[in-house]
Amino acid sequence: MTVSQTSWTKPAPRSPVPTKVIARPNRTPQVQAYVPEWLKGTAVTMRHFFENTKERMLGQKRDPVLENFEGGITTIEYPEERRPYPDRFRGLHRLTMRDDGSPRCVACLCCSTACPAQCIHIEPAEYAEGDERRGYERYPSVFVIDELRCVFCGFCVEACPCDAIRMDTGMHPAAYDSRDQFIYDSPILLSMVGRDGSRKTENARHEPGDSTHPGVTRKHEAH
Amino acid sequence: MEPLDIELDEGELEFPSAPMQVNMGPAHPAMHGTVRMVVELSGETITKVDVQIGYLHRGFEKMCERGTWTQVFPYVDRLNYASPMLNNVGFALAVEKMLGVTVPERCQHYRVILGELARICDHMVCSGAMAMELGAFTPFLWFAKARELIWDVFEEETGARVTHSFGRVGGMASEPTPNFKAMVRAAVPAVRALIDDGEKLLLGNRIFLDRVENVGRMSKERAIALGWTGVVLRSTGVPYDVRKVHPYLTYDRYEFDVPVGTSGDNFDRFMCRQEEIRQSVRIIEQALEQMADEGSVNINDPRIVLPPKEEVYSTIEGTIQHFKIVMEGIKVPAGECYSYTEAGNGELGFYIVSDGSGTPYRVRIRPPCFATMQGMESMIVGGMLPDVVPTFGSVNMIGGECDH
Repeated sequence: MTVSQTSWTKPAPRSPVPTKVIARPNRTPQVQAYVPEWLKGTAVTMRHFFENTKERMLGQKRDPVLENFEGGITTIEYPEERRPYPDRFRGLHRLTMRDDGSPRCVACLCCSTACPAQCIHIEPAEYAEGDERRGYERYPSVFVIDELRCVFCGFCVEACPCDAIRMDTGMHPAAYDSRDQFIYDSPILLSMVGRDGSRKTENARHEPGDSTHPGVTRKHEAH
Repeated sequence: MEPLDIELDEGELEFPSAPMQVNMGPAHPAMHGTVRMVVELSGETITKVDVQIGYLHRGFEKMCERGTWTQVFPYVDRLNYASPMLNNVGFALAVEKMLGVTVPERCQHYRVILGELARICDHMVCSGAMAMELGAFTPFLWFAKARELIWDVFEEETGARVTHSFGRVGGMASEPTPNFKAMVRAAVPAVRALIDDGEKLLLGNRIFLDRVENVGRMSKERAIALGWTGVVLRSTGVPYDVRKVHPYLTYDRYEFDVPVGTSGDNFDRFMCRQEEIRQSVRIIEQALEQMADEGSVNINDPRIVLPPKEEVYSTIEGTIQHFKIVMEGIKVPAGECYSYTEAGNGELGFYIVSDGSGTPYRVRIRPPCFATMQGMESMIVGGMLPDVVPTFGSVNMIGGECDH
């Protein structure tokens, strides 16, 4: 790649920069006397106060998504009330499964390479002798994510070439009482489901283990 | 042992009053961003001050040299944590300058809108925190509520509220969501209303005005000499805004004014921020008009941008391209460049050096706060000890970016 002249910065406009000069504070007699302005300010805050407490007094509940746009209190009483997370929300990781329950992960180490926090540890392994998948693909014998190191940047999901790791559980890490509980290994990661309750992926490829897979036909004796 | 009730000369017991040294910070509630100020007092007047930064130093310029160019994005998120999107965009632009590429127009508008939303957040945090430290808690809560509206948009778009890691070299991590424009159009007027309410409350309050007016003054010449940029420089009367003077992205297509102050005191800094929020709203409205609804946000270059996932799953070309970028990183041509954008606090510069590999050779950050903090001493010496709070609050020092 060669560095070429680009339009990264454009020439400055010929005309002088349009400025807006900030006015100095307007110290009217009311401001200087303090009390009239204090009363006006109190009126504004009381308006907000009654707006905020109205629902509570009337026992109304608002839609937790849209309530920010309306007036009133925006506090969500968390464990009882929950705000739905958006579709792109990056929550806890999960490993996706094939039809036969094996992990879709082929231990290519893309995610652990792309991880800026180095929180993913994978030990790739070959299938046992005699398994038809031996030599065709590998699997992770150890797949560990340290959720305390994770910065939830989503690079692992972006780096996965077979949609094996996802962050669509819609969950955030729970507050555990010891650090080792944050170390998620593959049984935990495989047990988690997407927010729609499924373990399916969008990967249209037919992998071994999927019912639609035509079968592994290569010879693997020489492997 | 002497009996306790012994009559001693009062002079011996008295604490020496001048000069008295007081440590403000690094964990003082008003020293947000962990700064330590050792002030020497004569009565309540400050005679000498030693501003010590570096309590949030994490050595991330060095950490950037470990991974690929893309892996720098989570680090720049944590530079100015009040407006992470502006840092994301700034770094993406720096690498794109090295690569010699320009992102599609749709992406430019998208970056502008997200960046201006982040700028509004940044200014609201600063103004709100400053008012809160002066005892005005209500505007802070309203500003926090307004910021919540913007963060909801960010969460919907990027998947995270603060640490978005959403910028990518050659585009963005993903397309705008289908209802992006509608969300922004709904959020911005609500934000404006809350800001106007909070500002009215402060500007009618004599206590607030007394504490910010003509406090912490800075002259135009000295501000330029110190290398100040951003709101703090504009408050002294210099209309220097990178978006106007060296337009990047599509900033040359929007109509907006640069708010300038006259005396460079706390009031001017506060009001410049408030006015800039309104100008940002203007920019967002124009950018929403001009942004296309269809089209790619990423450049079409397989050496820079990851292929679409369907191609990775189904074609060998896509898989190879994907592995090359993930495993080796984007190959940035050897060389060096300085790229600068207008961040929340001023000119955020990235001086990057590449040796032609997929890993940065050096990433040097020019944080706007670092230069600003040099002027702190002259702003607060001679003033009263309580004036440190509004002065420090109004320069919006962000430790994450200052202690780069």
